[in-house]
Amino acid sequence: MNRFDYVRPATVAEAVAAAAQPGSAYLAAGTNLLDLMKGGVMRPARLVDLARVPGLDVIEALPDGGVRIGARVRNSDLAYDPGFARRFPAVAEALLSGASAQLRNAATVGGNLLQRTRCAYFYDPASACNKREPGAGCDARDGENRLHAVLGWSEQCIATHPSDFCVPLVALGAVVEIEGKAGRREVPLEEFHCLPGSTPERESVLAPGELIVAVRLPGEAASFAGHARYVKLRERTSYAFAVVSAAAGLRLVDGAIAEARLALGGVAAKPWRVPEAEAVLRGVRPGAEAFRRAAEAALSEAQPSGDNAFKIELARRILVRALTLAAAGTPERLPALPASPHAPHPGVSLHG
Amino acid sequence: MAELASSAAHVRHGSSIGQPLTRRDGLLKVTGQARYAADNHPPGMLHAALAVSSVARGRVTGLDLEAARAHPGVVAVMTPENRPALAQDPDEKAGPFVFRMELLQDDTVRYVGQPVAVVIAETLEAATEGAALLAPRYATEPVSTGLEDGEAFVPPAVGVGAPAEVRHGDVEAGLVAAARRVEAVYETPAQYHNAMEPHAVVAAWEGDRLFIDTPSQGLAMAVGRVAGLFGIPPENIEIRSPFLGGGFGSKGAISGPQVLGILAAKLVGRPVKLVLKRDQMYGPVGHRAPTRQTLRLGVDGEGALTALHHHVRTTSSRYDDFFEPSGSVSHTLYASPAIATTSDAVRLDTGTPIFMRAPGEASGSIALEGAIDEMAAACGMDPLEFRLRNYAEVEPTSGKPFSSKALRECYAQGAESFGWSGRPLAPRQMRDEDGLLVGWGVGTATFPALMMHGQARAVLRRDGSGLIETGAHDMGQGAWTAFAQIAADSLALPINQVEFRAGHSGLPDAGIAGGSAHTATAGMAIHGAGADAIARLAELAMADQRSPLFGAGNAGVVAREGRLVRRDDESRGESYAEILARAGLDEIEGRGTGAADQAAQQHYAMHAHGAVFAEVKVDPELGQIRATRLVGAFAAGRIINPRLVRSQYYGGMIWGVSFALHEAAVVDRRTGRVMNANLGEYHVPVNADVPSLEAILVDEVDPHVNALGIKGVGEIGITGSAGAVANAVWHATGVRVRRFPIAIEALLGQP
Ligand SMILES: Cc1cc2nc3c(=O)[nH]c(=O)nc-3n(C[C@H](O)[C@H](O)[C@H](O)COP(=O)(O)OP(=O)(O)OC[C@H]3O[C@@H](n4cnc5c(N)ncnc54)[C@H](O)[C@@H]3O)c2cc1C
Ligand code: SF4
Repeated sequence: MNRFDYVRPATVAEAVAAAAQPGSAYLAAGTNLLDLMKGGVMRPARLVDLARVPGLDVIEALPDGGVRIGARVRNSDLAYDPGFARRFPAVAEALLSGASAQLRNAATVGGNLLQRTRCAYFYDPASACNKREPGAGCDARDGENRLHAVLGWSEQCIATHPSDFCVPLVALGAVVEIEGKAGRREVPLEEFHCLPGSTPERESVLAPGELIVAVRLPGEAASFAGHARYVKLRERTSYAFAVVSAAAGLRLVDGAIAEARLALGGVAAKPWRVPEAEAVLRGVRPGAEAFRRAAEAALSEAQPSGDNAFKIELARRILVRALTLAAAGTPERLPALPASPHAPHPGVSLHG
Repeated sequence: MAELASSAAHVRHGSSIGQPLTRRDGLLKVTGQARYAADNHPPGMLHAALAVSSVARGRVTGLDLEAARAHPGVVAVMTPENRPALAQDPDEKAGPFVFRMELLQDDTVRYVGQPVAVVIAETLEAATEGAALLAPRYATEPVSTGLEDGEAFVPPAVGVGAPAEVRHGDVEAGLVAAARRVEAVYETPAQYHNAMEPHAVVAAWEGDRLFIDTPSQGLAMAVGRVAGLFGIPPENIEIRSPFLGGGFGSKGAISGPQVLGILAAKLVGRPVKLVLKRDQMYGPVGHRAPTRQTLRLGVDGEGALTALHHHVRTTSSRYDDFFEPSGSVSHTLYASPAIATTSDAVRLDTGTPIFMRAPGEASGSIALEGAIDEMAAACGMDPLEFRLRNYAEVEPTSGKPFSSKALRECYAQGAESFGWSGRPLAPRQMRDEDGLLVGWGVGTATFPALMMHGQARAVLRRDGSGLIETGAHDMGQGAWTAFAQIAADSLALPINQVEFRAGHSGLPDAGIAGGSAHTATAGMAIHGAGADAIARLAELAMADQRSPLFGAGNAGVVAREGRLVRRDDESRGESYAEILARAGLDEIEGRGTGAADQAAQQHYAMHAHGAVFAEVKVDPELGQIRATRLVGAFAAGRIINPRLVRSQYYGGMIWGVSFALHEAAVVDRRTGRVMNANLGEYHVPVNADVPSLEAILVDEVDPHVNALGIKGVGEIGITGSAGAVANAVWHATGVRVRRFPIAIEALLGQP
């Protein structure tokens, strides 16, 4: 077996100290990391298992009405937490649209943020991949790239970040709490992931050894609860990554949009918030025409990176859909097929 | 092996055949007691892991043997240098279905995923890491990966030795004379069997005797192949294969990796287990080749076909031959005075394609059913009506009558249950309450009623019980149950009085479990063996003055519930046990054979048929498709166990959904690597993709296929279904997608 150290720290401080050694990686549920290790894609010299670190698995209501989610909270536990799902329904819907029930029961908040791209060339050590091996080249660029990025990509890397969870989180202004040797710091999720540029191997602002301890949603994020949805387009009805996805949250005052929150998934190396599109909607009445304008604004910079031009129009349409559904109001209960276009939407006229 | 259960509340009504018994192995499976090949751990067993090639063509120029050998736990590394000698060249082509294998005969690489070394270690982890440490280096050559690559040629034969070209009537003339013509090009991708259970082998040598646990759809063939390769007598080989976690054709012939496991055991002189990793199943164990099919149809003014030309471009590997026979469905399904099927192929740097559930029929059916649908639409006819207009009363290309064909009833019962009437002719007319586009499609299902060659042995024992032995294979389809039902009836005993043994190479050869022919073949062998045992017993009794059956010869004797009775007076008789006891015998044996009746085949075309109706919903803006309802009505002769048959149809229908909407290997054009070689990204339907399913078993009595009247049910479910789903997508959207699986982007044109 490939040899590596395995340590199981008992406190955050111990964890950070243990991970200070170069070549360390934190182990959460391992649903991504262990696959990568088995495939020879990642070969950490030391695993720092977070399983016994106390306090990381807590969902905590904050005085401002927000919530602080420990980094080791399981996807399912968070999605099914009644208080959380009521206040942040689009986040719960996104979580439940991800992976499979078995994976969601294991996968954690921190791991979801830091999961690696699903670019098949990244997973294949025989392919050239700048992300895996800086300077090696990018076999996806002229390869099978139907599902690759249309926003924020570079010649060095056209991969996407595959998370569903992060999409509504970034729309709602989540903040990442980070602990490192130098102490604690906070980074807005929007600034947490990096675009590839010429350094696709650098995926987030985390310094080596830094630990995500929690993700926080501010109290005002709950003000979108009445009009918040996540929609995810997949190549099968469940258990597939997004071709594209969108989260939309609206705060309606007197029938007009006081504030809109919008983000796209599956289009870029990070969950892609679209402030330009949010601005288009400010103060207008919800409606198909306004939504389409917002969608145009959101994708104005989009460029195909391969055989994926269709994703640009698809992203516009899914934004319009997410907005339409959000405007109609968050349903009482999450649909049995979360985030699916095939979930019934009683009372909502979606298709003209 | 743990005990097989019998259905508890089984009421027999005089016969076991026809009863919907639950799987006798069900309890073992749901409690984890069913022992699959990889569950075996003989003492001293080592683990083997393959190192496989990441390039499609060239030579291995170096392996880091030192690193692998130095890894703790590694016992040996097997390469072309030290691989034990074989008695036969694995590249020798002893017959058309003896496939060439890569058994480390040299340093050549012919496809991605080809084994280039085997690491044997004390633990799976050590073997796996040892294999990774080998880090092969290659000298590469340019590769061919697509249907356009290289020079196309006409193969000498397609499928199982079928002609590459079949011509009946004058197609060109038929097209010229046609009032309407349709020409359409359909494409199907490479697909992989992806059985849940990976190919696995646990091999143990004792001198020159060999014991193997491995999943096999063809035990006797596997014994023959291994005996040939190792130069040992077949009787020295014992293969145990009680359960398969699916095979779908990929476990029909023993594969290279399985033989490598046996070689590894020989090299180290200890038992060895080798299990393919999921991604290693996308290379050395076969696949369904991609196709591009050109269909040219002509009809007269009444919508009757005047010509049908079905051309198939497919692929084989560069070093061996298997050609997906997609044209075969066109020989049978629709009446036309002129039918031609032609094939050509290119050679790719892939593993050799092989039989995959409904080989040819599945890929050909989705294309033919699409083109037929296009023609129906061109004629302004309801697609069901169009199919009935072109109903084949006799097999069109051969002119033979069908041994039986209840397809009209299938259409009628399926349409009725689905609620087909009232379907709008034009596409894009129906919406559900959420505004999703709704479409309905139909497809005709067909599969030949084949028989292989198989044998069985029956024994009646002094305690009144019976035994049936045949080396049959249970791939999950329910063979343990269905054959036990036939066995019970063949001996005229209740099922719990009959011991049924299968899944072992020491038993009589039951023939390969393929071509949907296993139930018919092994079933007939069992039927014959039971009858033979009964006949011998009857002879014994009738010749014995002390028996109440003495002299009954002229009137005849029948077996009922463990007794032989006079046909003319059923009150006169005695039990099997009594007859044997008086004769001083412990048991009496019978033998039976199952094989196709050549004379009947001369006279009749033999096929199962069906009609599948599908409903899909499509999001009009986003293009995401979901099949919502499937009704299939199938006529396949005698049904041994309706519960198992229904589940075969369900499985086939789900596969049809998969074919139309989900399944494809994503192959990198430059390297030939399958980029989605895992079950996360090689999409097959998950529960949420499986629609409401109904399978109707349409009565059909076939007096010609075999004495039991059995046709096959294992593969037909895919045919018809895939086309029905694709046609429903057209009906929902108005977009005719001719490339499968139907991609979201193909439907985005019209919001
Ligand atoms: C088949 C499959 C399908 C999937 N489908 C989806 C999907 O549809 N949508 C979706 O969103 N996701 C999907 N996923 C991804 C899944 O969500 C991730 O694998 C999971 O979220 C990772 O969480 P984990 O706890 O297992 O992380 P791990 O695998 O343990 O870790 C992942 C990475 O994060 C790092 N890490 C973990 N925790 C911390 C921390 N607290 N601080 C710093 N670093 C940390 C690890 O070092 C590692 O690099 C799928 C995964 C699989 C295998
Ligand atoms: S797109 Fe990025 S992750 Fe994929 S191969 Fe290129 S560099 Fe690697």
